[in-house]
Amino acid sequence: MRRQLESIGRFSEDFVSAAGQMTIMLASAFVYAFTPPIKFRNIFKQMEFVGVQSLFVVILTGSFTGMVLALQSFNALKRFGAESLVGPTVALSMARELGPVLTGLMVTGRAGSAMATELGTMRVTEQIDALFAMAVNPIKYLVVPRVLAGVLMFPILTIVTDFVGVIGGYAVGVKLLGINPGVYIGRTIDFVQVDDIMTGLTKSLVFGLITSLVACYNGFYAKGGAEGVGRAATSSVVMGSIMILISDYLMSSFTV
Amino acid sequence: MIKIVNLRKSFGEKKVLDGVNLDIERGKITVIIGRSGEGKSVLIKHIIGLLKPDEGAIFLEDQDLTSLRDRDFNEVRKRFGMLFQGAALFDSMTVADNVGFPLKEHTDLHDEDIRKIVTEKLNRVGLVNVEEMMPSDLSGGMKKRVGLARAIVMDPEIVLFDEPTTGLDPIMSDSIADLVLDTQKALKTTYILITHDIPFTYKIADKIAMLHEGRIIEEGSVEEMKANPNPILRQFLEGRAEGPIKVF
Repeated sequence: MRRQLESIGRFSEDFVSAAGQMTIMLASAFVYAFTPPIKFRNIFKQMEFVGVQSLFVVILTGSFTGMVLALQSFNALKRFGAESLVGPTVALSMARELGPVLTGLMVTGRAGSAMATELGTMRVTEQIDALFAMAVNPIKYLVVPRVLAGVLMFPILTIVTDFVGVIGGYAVGVKLLGINPGVYIGRTIDFVQVDDIMTGLTKSLVFGLITSLVACYNGFYAKGGAEGVGRAATSSVVMGSIMILISDYLMSSFTV
Repeated sequence: MIKIVNLRKSFGEKKVLDGVNLDIERGKITVIIGRSGEGKSVLIKHIIGLLKPDEGAIFLEDQDLTSLRDRDFNEVRKRFGMLFQGAALFDSMTVADNVGFPLKEHTDLHDEDIRKIVTEKLNRVGLVNVEEMMPSDLSGGMKKRVGLARAIVMDPEIVLFDEPTTGLDPIMSDSIADLVLDTQKALKTTYILITHDIPFTYKIADKIAMLHEGRIIEEGSVEEMKANPNPILRQFLEGRAEGPIKVF
């Protein structure tokens, strides 16, 4: 019993400490993001890494998700004679939910783990200490470009996921299942509002912040050599994915 | 130039620094020796502000470094250079970008001027035509040299060395010792080194201080230390397993 209480206590202490350190890191990153000199080259490099290099994976995920959504919703809706609603079902699901969440999870797996590994390696090989020693603030130099890249690129990637998802849904709905293309497009335009798209983009912005911050936190405070770096990468994916799913539910509950 | 007063630092229950007092003279080479795990790296990290002490002070001239806020400490850090144990080169950058990094971050120099300074500093540490190499392509000794070139690229007043010969063969260690002496003589910089390499220490030190159980137990010139009868110092300098320092 005592041992269980101790482990609960230790877990709570670690959790509060991590939350505190992450909050301080976020606040510092926010301040340094607006403190000159601003190194645009570092920011663009990270945007290329988070955004451009994730394009293939989000196009693949988005298109197959749109296609499978069209198949499944067709199967369900035809029972009510409402096959014409396949288009809006796919588009709304992609825009409000699946686009941002799947983009978040996929990019967390690809870019979040890589960020944590890179910063973790820099930590255990004293490269972060070297930055300090050279009077270069590592939060400004390492964390700010990554967090900005996450916040800026996740919405753009989500737009790509949404778009290819809708195209995938259209291809399956119209070409494979024989829904009239005019009805498919018309119904989609009738039902999908700008607000639906903005809701998804707002979510993706938050997911970008979560993914990059969690990855930077885990990498920045990594310890224990190669094993510690591996742990940082795993934690960044697990912690990032869980936080994306929880925050998604919370944001959805406010926007339904 | 630097005065360390009653510096104390613990990690959890473990007391690492337990009242360190030490004066470091301007333009001299001070070597801090001691067994592995005695807190030498911790001490050097306090000097450059990577760690904050629990108690005590470090004065650079009349300024207490331990009371500075991070932002103010950054200005002081520009007066320092540091060579890390594993050189801590940025592995995503070329040698030239590594050495030129502090200049790029803290000066308005053009790329060509930075390039000239980088080549000059690399030549000073005995490296030619390595600018475009990546750190992963360098041997341990070359990494230390590049690390030293980066540490002196801003012509700092003080350079800190964390175990500069660890992992090097005796010949390479001796060449690093020559390099330390040459660069220090040329630049008249204050050098602070931590090491447990005794032949290296004898070759370069103006002053030796021994850290043991969190305190400086003896200090003096090479000759004074060689003549010092303190059994702990003797055991360490002579590298004997038997003596007052317990191995296990």
